[in-house]
Amino acid sequence: MLLVLLLSPLLTGFVRKAKARLLRRQGPPLLQPYRDLIRLMRKEVVLAESASWLFRVIPYIVFAGTWVAASLVPTFRGGLLFSWSADLIALIALLGSARFFLALAGLDVGTSFGGIGSSREVMIASLAEPAMLMIMFTLALIAGSTQLTSMAAYMASGEVGLRVSLGLALLALIMVGIAENARIPIDNPATHLELTMVHEAMVLEYSGRHLALIDLASELKLLVYLSLVCCLFTPWGIAGPVATPVEIAFGIAVYIAKLAAGGLLLAVFETSIAKMRVFRVPEFLGAALMLALLATLLRFVSGSF
Amino acid sequence: MTVAFTLYNVAALIALAPIALALARLRWGSAIVYCASLILTLTLLVLALLSLFGHAEAPAVVLPLGLPWLGAHFHIDALSAFFLVVVNVGGAAASLFALGYGRHEHTPERVVPFYPAYLAAMNLVVIADDAFSFLVSWEFMSLTSWALVVAHHQVRENLRAGYVYLLMASFGTLALLLAFGLLAGADGNYLFDAVRASHPTAGLAALVLILAVVGAGSKAGVVPLHAWLPLAHPAAPSHVSALMSGVMTKVAIYGFIRIVFDLLGAPEWWWSMLVLAVGGITAVMGVLYALMQHDLKRLLAYHTVENIGIIYIGLGLALAFKVYGMSFAAALALTAALFHVFNHSLFKSLLFFGAGAVLNATGERDMEHLGGLIHRMPQTAFVFLVGCVAISALPPLNGFVSEWLTFQAILLSPQLPSWGLKLLVPAVGALLALSAALAAACFVKAFGVSFLGRPRTPAAANACETDNNSLAAMFFLSALCLVAGILPGIFIDALAPVTTALVGVSMPRQTGLDWLTIVPIAESRSSYNGLLVFVFVTLSGSLAAFAIHRLASDKLRRSPAWDCGFPVASPATQYTASSFAQPIRRVFGTTIFRAREIGEMPPPGSTAPARLTVELHDVIWDTLYAPVAAFIGYAAERLNVLQFLTIRRYLTLVFAALVLLLLVLAIWP
Repeated sequence: MLLVLLLSPLLTGFVRKAKARLLRRQGPPLLQPYRDLIRLMRKEVVLAESASWLFRVIPYIVFAGTWVAASLVPTFRGGLLFSWSADLIALIALLGSARFFLALAGLDVGTSFGGIGSSREVMIASLAEPAMLMIMFTLALIAGSTQLTSMAAYMASGEVGLRVSLGLALLALIMVGIAENARIPIDNPATHLELTMVHEAMVLEYSGRHLALIDLASELKLLVYLSLVCCLFTPWGIAGPVATPVEIAFGIAVYIAKLAAGGLLLAVFETSIAKMRVFRVPEFLGAALMLALLATLLRFVSGSF
Repeated sequence: MTVAFTLYNVAALIALAPIALALARLRWGSAIVYCASLILTLTLLVLALLSLFGHAEAPAVVLPLGLPWLGAHFHIDALSAFFLVVVNVGGAAASLFALGYGRHEHTPERVVPFYPAYLAAMNLVVIADDAFSFLVSWEFMSLTSWALVVAHHQVRENLRAGYVYLLMASFGTLALLLAFGLLAGADGNYLFDAVRASHPTAGLAALVLILAVVGAGSKAGVVPLHAWLPLAHPAAPSHVSALMSGVMTKVAIYGFIRIVFDLLGAPEWWWSMLVLAVGGITAVMGVLYALMQHDLKRLLAYHTVENIGIIYIGLGLALAFKVYGMSFAAALALTAALFHVFNHSLFKSLLFFGAGAVLNATGERDMEHLGGLIHRMPQTAFVFLVGCVAISALPPLNGFVSEWLTFQAILLSPQLPSWGLKLLVPAVGALLALSAALAAACFVKAFGVSFLGRPRTPAAANACETDNNSLAAMFFLSALCLVAGILPGIFIDALAPVTTALVGVSMPRQTGLDWLTIVPIAESRSSYNGLLVFVFVTLSGSLAAFAIHRLASDKLRRSPAWDCGFPVASPATQYTASSFAQPIRRVFGTTIFRAREIGEMPPPGSTAPARLTVELHDVIWDTLYAPVAAFIGYAAERLNVLQFLTIRRYLTLVFAALVLLLLVLAIWP
């Protein structure tokens, strides 16, 4: 649990650095996100006059929901202590709760930018979430379980092999992950150009420790999606429930390597593509939904796909 | 004995109606009536719980009423007991709420007498044990609720709503009447036991199924028979809206389950396909309609349509599994559907109460005129938020658990041998996922626009918190939502006798498991622990808050909103309900609602404002209802000629009819 919390700003820093290097810029140092977070935490909160109590509680809810979701994903070791307390559907729904509250926060102060962000966010979510659930269906049908640890163990067992439905699901998962984490081409995490913001517009009124928590939560969310891809599609190197320290150390090393590879790919993808118009997004996500549905249908029709 | 006691209570409720008529004008009249209703529904609730958990098969009671050779039969089995619980939890909460809410009623004599009668009617439908008393109670329920819908008859809209409701209710009852007529056959087996014993032929059973889907579905609000629901539910006073939406639709579901699962005998494979398709379409259409609304109560009413769809999906899956003998899967799907019935009755009543409190405080149902209510009505806002989270199927509240169970049931369906189902079930699963996501969007809009932001009108700015009775009812329901969300095992176990009676087996016992987890099939397959999720989220949230406040900073300063440097004082610059839904309207609405945005720019030099009009069409109304209504109007116009004939022509008509009938008799073999 602590590992993911500590690693997530590093991942964001890494992606930023990689993107900058690809543009032949120097880029911020790797540890910059930590510094940002610490500085934000120390600053006082400037709260809008029309903000309610809900606005002040939401950062903690969003952070807690995302963190609990993150701690449910097996990263370097299988057999998590509380993995049975929630499965993949619950994990998606927890992230959904976090988003639900964040969208409410966007509406709370009563400004037009908050509204624009929330309204676009729920539009994106209303397509991304079903796609995510369909992906989950496919994987659950292959693994015969919705428990993440059992799924990861099954995927690692080598009985799976290459499958058409898995490929479709991976593609859809990457598309959904990009949309959910507000990355290019759906949204630009670095933008402050008013009319293109989605996520940034929603959190525009936050400052100080509240903003720090929300930033940390979105960094955690990126990590969750990357870890999901890692543990479901590249489950190698995850240590078993009973593992020696060496195996655990190996698992951590492999996990970090996987994250680095994922982050690098993300950076390359982001620099090589332009941002979409907002109303092209439904087509992008609709494609993800259709791919995921196709994967599920294939699984329903025959067990061998 | 429980049946007899239940009947005494119901009789007392009916007797309360004329007393209420006398009391209504008095100062404390409505309070007395609602108090009495509260006590009676609580007693009924206790009786229902006793019969649900007692498992003792109570003997049927026969009253010398109704058809002379039949009498009125009443009986409580597990299914009836469960629905009695749903009816009376909703009834008790509504009565408690009305203790406060009813005080603001201008014409209590139009509401109070019908209210206890309506409660009694819903109880009677659930315990009726023969077709005749079932239909009479059903019609009694429709008529009393109609009277409540047109209680505020000065508003033209309400009269129209009442008219459409009356038509649709009669149509639904007609379908059910035909269904029971077919089931009873030529011998007139009106007793449910006799119907169970007779095995209808396949064609007959198919006809009865379709009639049941139409009859019960029109009451429950299945698309495309939902047209009356969003008109009628909001028109009634709010506590009655809560009952209609939260409870009466469930009574309709009861009617469907009773006919299809219990009376009709062994199902066939295509039945489940019909029910699943209806459920999937209803779920998505309901939530899309809801997203387009800006009337708070109408939004909630459309949302009922969505939840009915989810329940029908569960029932369809249960039917499919039952056909192919997969009893455990059928038990899981049926439990999911019934649990959702219970959950929906909780949070939908809660949300309607909240809307009622807002209506009382501001006199507004239109969300475009609300905003910022969280500052003026913090407690109502809190319970409304609980309802919103629960209905959006977000953990750790109860809506999530029942949808989770439905998803688990869908995941078992690849084992079904039928190809049609193999193709349909994943599509329905996608529709369910889509409707869940859209529901969250819809309730961000409902809560965000009416409770958050800045007040859009003086009425919203000067609202005050609602009274204690109303708050007590709402807090009671939100507490139940939380308990059902974090300790679902108890509720699932309570449903075991119902599923055993209907599909033969029940889900494995849940309450004995470690940490109160629920495990529908096997632990390696899936498990969910609402309690732990709740504890984890609360712990990590408060831990973070504590740590940051202690170690980093706890200073806070108020200042004007930032808004990218251009804050505008007018609350009209906020996002409204329509603008919030605009992206979704563009994605889904252009085909389904033929939504169009028409922008009118003033000519150069003119100071007139520019206008943006949004055009929405209700496709179902335009293509289904309007032509039927037009045809009936046309036919009535034509047949009107018959009213003004001379006596000779009437005699000719009578003679011609006689000859025709004799000819038919002669030709008929």
